[in-house]
Amino acid sequence: MKRYVIVGNGAAAVGCIEGIRAVDAKGEITVVSQEDRPVYGRPLISYYLMGKTDLAKMNYRPADFYEKNGCRVLYGRRAVALDPEKKTVTLDEGKPLPYDALCIATGSRPFVPPFEGLDTVEKKYSFMTLDDALALEGALSETARVLIVGAGLIGLKCAEGIKDRVGRITVCDLADRVLSSILDDDCAAVVQKRLEENGIDFLLGDTAVRFDGNTAEMKSGKSVDFDVLVLAVGVRANVDLVKEAGGTVNRGIVVDKACATDLPSVYAAGDCAEGFDASIGQNRVLAILPNAYLQGHTAGSNMAGGDDLLSNAIPMNSIGFFGLHVMTAGAYDGEMTEEKSEGGIKRFFVKDGLLRGYILIGDTERAGIYTSLVREKTPLSTVDFDLTKKYASNLIFSRENRRKKFGGVV
Amino acid sequence: MKRVYVNEEWCLGCHLCEYNCAFANSGLKDMAFALKDKKIFPRIHVEGDDKITFAVSCRHCSDPLCVKSCIAGAISKTDGVVKIDRTKCVGCLTCVLVCPYGALAPGENGTMQKCELCLENACGEPACVTGCPNKAIVYEERGDGE
Repeated sequence: MKRYVIVGNGAAAVGCIEGIRAVDAKGEITVVSQEDRPVYGRPLISYYLMGKTDLAKMNYRPADFYEKNGCRVLYGRRAVALDPEKKTVTLDEGKPLPYDALCIATGSRPFVPPFEGLDTVEKKYSFMTLDDALALEGALSETARVLIVGAGLIGLKCAEGIKDRVGRITVCDLADRVLSSILDDDCAAVVQKRLEENGIDFLLGDTAVRFDGNTAEMKSGKSVDFDVLVLAVGVRANVDLVKEAGGTVNRGIVVDKACATDLPSVYAAGDCAEGFDASIGQNRVLAILPNAYLQGHTAGSNMAGGDDLLSNAIPMNSIGFFGLHVMTAGAYDGEMTEEKSEGGIKRFFVKDGLLRGYILIGDTERAGIYTSLVREKTPLSTVDFDLTKKYASNLIFSRENRRKKFGGVV
Repeated sequence: MKRVYVNEEWCLGCHLCEYNCAFANSGLKDMAFALKDKKIFPRIHVEGDDKITFAVSCRHCSDPLCVKSCIAGAISKTDGVVKIDRTKCVGCLTCVLVCPYGALAPGENGTMQKCELCLENACGEPACVTGCPNKAIVYEERGDGE
């Protein structure tokens, strides 16, 4: 009987378990979970603070998930070393775990720059895990002034999540726009406006350089008084296990399309992994939940002797703030065409006859049709692309194509 | 397993399927009371132009990206049917981002809803099919997809 070990217990680990079980119903699966709780939907932590979900509903899989899948979960335990020759994982205590196939799904951790005086700040939090969210929740009050450093996905979702539970929120970022990793200037301005209309203040192109108790001194020379500090500057992939064992690591653990590392029988998936990004034709960390699951599933299937490749992963995001939905996918590469409507903005990026990427603000209906054009690299000459810029529609495909989709088993 | 299939050559574009769907999932006994003067949120929608029309609903596909992408673990596939637990959904729309058919849309309260083949409501079989006046939507077995 094959012995599988999964280090990590997030979406990638679940994908891995389900991938293994799709091929091998019997092998032993051991999950090393640093967090002392069953898997939950990590991006839900902001929705939890908003009251849109609760601790019971945040479970990512039903309560009997591990049992049904024959998994042993070691809660509150940490993997500290990996020996690819002996095929063992050493934990923080107890005997090393032997494996026949191993998946590293250790995720990422907050990156905290070495701010001067950070140790003088009493109430400071990251916003990655449920424990982080619960700790932050304990510091919230109707009058609290909150400073969030970082106007990326994490910082802004945090701001939305706590808005109605605090007195004031200021978000600063060294970048001159919000969501700088996924939005261009114009689209970022629309999102920023929506956030400002809902009472979030911004200091952009500016960041904290020094802290002194409840005061942040900014690069611009301004100072910001706060009661609660949230650090959402960025994340770093947890790569150490593989790196120290001699595996190839770049910004994440380098994996091929099978999600295998270059260490024998060692796979990696999720935010810790750097896999193939079809939108740029090279490896990149795609730190989004769908990708974590898909990589995990691919890894698991291959660990169990399957033959799966993840060849069409692309960056994509669906994120909303105060009712304004934003979706992005692919690479913003090529000629940009824009469609504006009362409900929003759509920007499409076309190159070499392919839809390479898009940004949608507001009007996101049936956006998956656009995503599939990017992901499947559908030649735009085979669809009525002009028709679909305004309304994403299956009408753009040929009758034959529609017959397959809606008249056949897919 | 049986699924809903459409034959666009026979679709009249009458949108009755949308009304029958909204009624079937309303839990109410009277159609006029359930739908009159209300914005409806059907789980099937008619697309097209003045020449071609066709109804689109969940394909219950063999590789459901919505299930794999849902950040809340609210979408699952059991016995061939892709279902959503709307109490877990937070309305992030990631399923809309990934569904290549455009088959999911938010309901009245902002959480997502999708075709579940009327297996859980009082109809017992797809209301869009039973109410289609031209048999452009059928519920039948066509091949072995899971």
